[in-house]
Amino acid sequence: MFYAMFIVLIAAALLGYRVISAVPPLLHTPLMSGMNALSGITVIGALAVYATAPAGAGGWAAAALILAMINVAGGFWVTERMLRMFKGKKRESEVQEIPWQ
Amino acid sequence: MAITIVFAALIIIGFLAGIRLMQSPRTALWGNRLGALAMLFAITWTFIATGQGSFSSAIIYVVIGGILGLILGQSVRMIHMPQTVALLNGFGGAASALVVWTAVLGYGGEGTIMLFWGTAGLALGVGSLTFSGSIIAVLKLQGLAFRIPIQLKGHGHILRVAILVAALLIIINMSFLGLYFGQFMPFIALLGLIAGFLMTLRIGGADMPIVISLLNSFSGIAAAVAGLAVENLILSGTGALVGVAGLILTRIMCRAMNRSLLAVLAGFIPGAQVKTPPVQEERLSFDAVTGISSKEGGEELTTEEAVTAEAEKAVEDTGQAAVEDKFPEESLSELLQNATRVIIVPGYGMAVAQAQMAVRQLTDALEGKGKEVKFAIHPVAGRMPGHMNVLLAEAGIDYEKLMDIDAINPQFAHADLVIIVGACDVVNPAANAADGTPISGMPILDAEKAKNIIICNLDEKPGYSGVDNLLYKQPQVITLWGDAAQTIPRLTAMINN
Repeated sequence: MFYAMFIVLIAAALLGYRVISAVPPLLHTPLMSGMNALSGITVIGALAVYATAPAGAGGWAAAALILAMINVAGGFWVTERMLRMFKGKKRESEVQEIPWQ
Repeated sequence: MAITIVFAALIIIGFLAGIRLMQSPRTALWGNRLGALAMLFAITWTFIATGQGSFSSAIIYVVIGGILGLILGQSVRMIHMPQTVALLNGFGGAASALVVWTAVLGYGGEGTIMLFWGTAGLALGVGSLTFSGSIIAVLKLQGLAFRIPIQLKGHGHILRVAILVAALLIIINMSFLGLYFGQFMPFIALLGLIAGFLMTLRIGGADMPIVISLLNSFSGIAAAVAGLAVENLILSGTGALVGVAGLILTRIMCRAMNRSLLAVLAGFIPGAQVKTPPVQEERLSFDAVTGISSKEGGEELTTEEAVTAEAEKAVEDTGQAAVEDKFPEESLSELLQNATRVIIVPGYGMAVAQAQMAVRQLTDALEGKGKEVKFAIHPVAGRMPGHMNVLLAEAGIDYEKLMDIDAINPQFAHADLVIIVGACDVVNPAANAADGTPISGMPILDAEKAKNIIICNLDEKPGYSGVDNLLYKQPQVITLWGDAAQTIPRLTAMINN
């Protein structure tokens, strides 16, 4: 299991590097808040440990669940709000940017 | 087992596809939604896989957290996005720390003991560090506390000792002793909290984009390592994605600010040791002024600049009145009317002055007269990567007009007019001209190549780097000191008349 996890971790990091590097600076803030929402994925870890938590430890897992869900919902929602504001002119076809000469 | 791996791979591919869609502003919204959908699947799958029915009490906490998150996400303003992201980073880091904390409390020696204690300790330490560091960053950005960088006695030493001791405790636990010395875990968390606190405490304003990117990365790393500890494929894969994204942005920010990450973390504040580059002070007077077309405007600027050269302090008192009296109406209006290609350079000062709408109206007025307007966006304009683009988009400016540094720099030479609003270091030619300053070699916007420049900054004090702006003294420049929310509308009025 550990090797599988390690391979997934490395593969995700390498693929992520390729995809993330190509995001233009224009969208770096939404990218970051979106990635921020993804770091709330720890909510699934919280769910797993909540199920098996020993007596008296459930409170810690519950706190983790709440914090991680704030992270997830807040992160995706601010990203949604931001990206809705990015408006371009409605154009029929892709018009190429002509640099000034 | 096999189905777990397949499902994990699908979820991570979903996230990757979402990021792929974020490469274009046309599809980015759907990219974010795809990410949210994949997250929903991951949570649902975990509910099913861990055998908790929908009636489990866990769902109550999930719903509470979700609602709080939506309220937070709905209520924040775009200008406050850096502290929002920092706060959410902190929550993510804390959640990862709490996950391993709970796992440690319930650990009975199953799996590979050494790996468990190693990864659990690391996730706990990094998660705690992310939490305390983010909270300090939020307080700083929101202006609630620690606004100025604070350097304690022996700051660096305490920080290094905290990290070293934490690492030592993790290694001791890893040496198959974790079962006996699990009591070390609270100390690891405490040391992580101390390290995050110290690390962020001495960071100054314009270095914030670097720290936020770094904390973003840490929240991902904490999740990835926590994933290894609790043996969760999706968690470790997704955490790795976030960690990499944060590192990429950290590197971009460091390059754009001409700072090394270590120098930032060591609390080296450029403004603290001001090395003014050799400015040709003598040159400023008559040559410079005659370059500014109109006689009236010219003369007035002479006096103003002479005052500048005399004593900087004096300007502060008389400055306000001087701006009012000496607004070079004629030359400005001539410039604005005659220009056909205009580039606007916004900096964080524009956001501080809340002048986005004024800039939007100026843009509309210029375009109404058939002029072309573009925006030059420096990577560190704002308090987090890409922040300026969001603020301008909020003001309703089309994203097609927002150009990054590489795209816009060759176009300055063809611009008739550049209007700088609240930006200083990012247009300072000293970055290219002078050696040995904090900004030497930093990539800047080549505004100085334009035929005419109007600068609407609050005052002539140097920017964050503490380096005097050579641009202020150049012949093609007209400076309008004062609140951009007031000076910009006056420019707009001149165009409309």
